[in-house]
Amino acid sequence: MTDRVRFALFAAGIVPLGVFLVWAVAGLSPFGYYPGPYGDVVNAIATAQRHVLNVATAVNFDYRGFDTLGEEYILFTSVAGLILILRERRQTQGKRTSLGETERADGVGALSLVLLPVIVVFGMYMAVHGGLTPGGGFQGGAIIASGFLLAYLGSGHPAFHAIGKIEILEVFESLGAAAYVVIGLAALGLGLSFLQNFMPLGGRGNLVSGGTIWAINIAVMLEVATGLVIALSEFLKEIEP
Amino acid sequence: MSVYQAVIYALIAIFATVTVLTRDPKVQIFPYAFYGMLLAILFFILQAPDVTLSELAVGTALIPFLVLVTLAKMRARER
Repeated sequence: MTDRVRFALFAAGIVPLGVFLVWAVAGLSPFGYYPGPYGDVVNAIATAQRHVLNVATAVNFDYRGFDTLGEEYILFTSVAGLILILRERRQTQGKRTSLGETERADGVGALSLVLLPVIVVFGMYMAVHGGLTPGGGFQGGAIIASGFLLAYLGSGHPAFHAIGKIEILEVFESLGAAAYVVIGLAALGLGLSFLQNFMPLGGRGNLVSGGTIWAINIAVMLEVATGLVIALSEFLKEIEP
Repeated sequence: MSVYQAVIYALIAIFATVTVLTRDPKVQIFPYAFYGMLLAILFFILQAPDVTLSELAVGTALIPFLVLVTLAKMRARER
């Protein structure tokens, strides 16, 4: 295919696309226009019904808890697939590509290890306050994982693999993933719908409030934090010195 | 649309274009990470702080890092 034919094909596609795109954008509702009733309804009733102040969390972990369960298992399955592919390949091929370890200043290493527990505590804070302030289990888990990432960047492979013992992480990842389903099934056992909120709701604005919302947030934090650290760990083993 | 929104939309358009036009993946990941941070700021301006926190951790720290590790691995194999 010559350049001219290729360009003609490209033009034949891009010009109509551009025209339709401009037409469609011109016909959009004005910025910020919101027609649906659901957001307003949830905003009005969520705090009274579920005793959480962050309505987004009430939607994610209660009203639409089933969707979040699916999202959590996307991550779980991805991590499992990553482990399966990378470990299998490392074991059968046996050879590893070595890049050599980068030299790091002692102070940088020490600082990264001092910051790790601080970041982990902050991530846990984010998760347990999911019902009160922006954030929740997913955000808290991702923050915890970024602390481990910092530990690797500052201290290198040995420190990272010593802190993030993969055998222990795998257990906690499975526990976090299972806890979500168990909470859902427990509701079934009590004669309610799957994932229906059955735990005591607690006082509005209290740290422990929202019933299962609070519990599921912690399960998700566990799953996301350990899942992401396992993924990091598997990637880093690929470039181990 | 407020001034903040207009500014952040313009910056996002610029950095998205820069990301696409950068040909070397090793360099590309930096405008991409910055683009992720701009998206996080946009979500914050649009009053979606929950999404801001996810985007910050995933888009500006974890994804760029995983891409960099993959690139390092590929470079090592080419040698």
